[in-house]
Amino acid sequence: MNTTIMLFLLQDGITNGAIYALLGLALVLVFAVTRVILIPQGEFVTYGALTYASLAAGQMPGTAKLAFALGLGAFAFDLFAARKALHGRLVLRSILTNIVLPAIVLALTVYYAAQKPPVAVCIALSLVIVAMIGLFLYRIAFQPLAHTSVLVLLIASVGVHLALQGLGLLFFGAEGQRGPAVLSGSFTTGALRFTGQSITVYGITIAFIVGLWLFFGLTLYGKALRATAVNRLGARLVGIRTTLSGQIAFLLASVIGALSGIMIVPITTLYYDSGFLIGLKGFVAAIIGGLVSYPLTAVAALVVGIVEAFSSFYASNYKEVIVFMLLIPVLLLRSLAAPAVEEEKD
Amino acid sequence: MTALLSVADAHVAYGKVEAVRSVSLEVGQNQIVTIVGANGAGKTTLLSAIMGIFPLKGRVAFAGQDLSRLDIEDRVAMGLGLVPEHRELFVTMNVEDNLELGAFRIERSKAKASMERVYALFPRLKERRKQLAGTLSGGEQQMLAMGRALMGEPKLLMLDEPSLGLAPIIVADIFRIVTELRAAGVSVLLVEQNAQAALKIADQAYVMELGEFVLSGKASDIAANERVAASYLGFQHEGASGL
Repeated sequence: MNTTIMLFLLQDGITNGAIYALLGLALVLVFAVTRVILIPQGEFVTYGALTYASLAAGQMPGTAKLAFALGLGAFAFDLFAARKALHGRLVLRSILTNIVLPAIVLALTVYYAAQKPPVAVCIALSLVIVAMIGLFLYRIAFQPLAHTSVLVLLIASVGVHLALQGLGLLFFGAEGQRGPAVLSGSFTTGALRFTGQSITVYGITIAFIVGLWLFFGLTLYGKALRATAVNRLGARLVGIRTTLSGQIAFLLASVIGALSGIMIVPITTLYYDSGFLIGLKGFVAAIIGGLVSYPLTAVAALVVGIVEAFSSFYASNYKEVIVFMLLIPVLLLRSLAAPAVEEEKD
Repeated sequence: MTALLSVADAHVAYGKVEAVRSVSLEVGQNQIVTIVGANGAGKTTLLSAIMGIFPLKGRVAFAGQDLSRLDIEDRVAMGLGLVPEHRELFVTMNVEDNLELGAFRIERSKAKASMERVYALFPRLKERRKQLAGTLSGGEQQMLAMGRALMGEPKLLMLDEPSLGLAPIIVADIFRIVTELRAAGVSVLLVEQNAQAALKIADQAYVMELGEFVLSGKASDIAANERVAASYLGFQHEGASGL
């Protein structure tokens, strides 16, 4: 192989790796804060991507209706949980976030879908819709189980993944879709050609990682999220609600997922079930990072992206196999490094 | 004067085992109240249940309000603070972040002054403010746990075995600070195996055995009680941790 091809594959790998990095970081975040292994992360990707593509094509995405329906569910859960001590402010706040907000977004979506809105509007709507789905899913599926074991949470997570994938087929059909590029145009340096889309991917990934770093390092809510991840009881004893931390984590994860989807869908055709495989690659990175280390996860994601790019060149049929095989030596090494697996107390 | 904290006929169970049986206690304003007793008497369980960590059967009222339907976070916001036996610090975060999070439910503008007060009380923490909590010594971690709870401006601070495993000189320091807290208007509910030290600074005392209170009264009377002297004070050396 010559250097040009190698550079080209590297570039391709880094572009994909950047997206896996975002997804991996979201997985680590959600696991650290809520102990949920977020299998439906891939569905956030497809929902974001296909909502964006549908809107750009002037179609009404079913996800907006799903967000509204889930909002009703979340409201019912809120009412039921607070049944012994209902007071006006609580009910009002629940109505605002769970019913009024999704209703407004649904109305906006119906309005804009009819008239092929500009790219920025499509992005904003897709992000808000998926963010709400993430938030309400946490309320309905995970918050009531917050005190249970990692295994129960994982089973719930698989259930949510399957449900969302089925709904994805219903909303978007079996055909794949592509969306318009966020940034068109391109430039060439040497042998490499940088498209506007790949620049967007790098820019957004770096901006998001810096943003997350500032959020966790400097803001009170960011620190509260870290505190919950480090010591759940300690966090509760200073008045940080576990549910608040969980909501923030799911909100971030769903926004990251949707954003990744919006960045991918102009490059690759996505189907209703493509998200799972993409999310799984973020998961490989997260596992290599031990589900705790953010920097290790980001680096591992880049490795996953590059390995994928090279193996698709050399052995295209075995691309996925090779990527997932990365897990085996990592797990072996990890099991040797930490022989005792502690089952957690809480 | 009504009591700040009043617990009446409290039962706490782990599954079928009742760890605390029919316990009643009161903590008044500006009081140090101590619960002494041997290891496994149910002291920690009682404190945890008052905080809302375990379900408690019976009545618990704080500042005149019934706590039974409030969770831990609401109790914190009302001014109830717990420094648990295992401290539960955010070990991978630095001292200052730990303290800042202690004021999570307090207005941002007040938190700064609160932190200065905590630093005045524990100058060691100020020296180590950029150090990770997990790298502090045992005594410093105890100070940080107390400082973090004080950042939430509690009306009542519950301390669970603050002297456990610490050197005598640090224990003396911590007990001195507890009396300073009372002077500053914070009531303290102190659970201790080191009965001698606890009874010396407390106003009221309860003696707990096998999940029940067997004696209660003025701390000085309890300290003078022959039975207590024999079972809790006799075999303890001055300032020892009671282990």
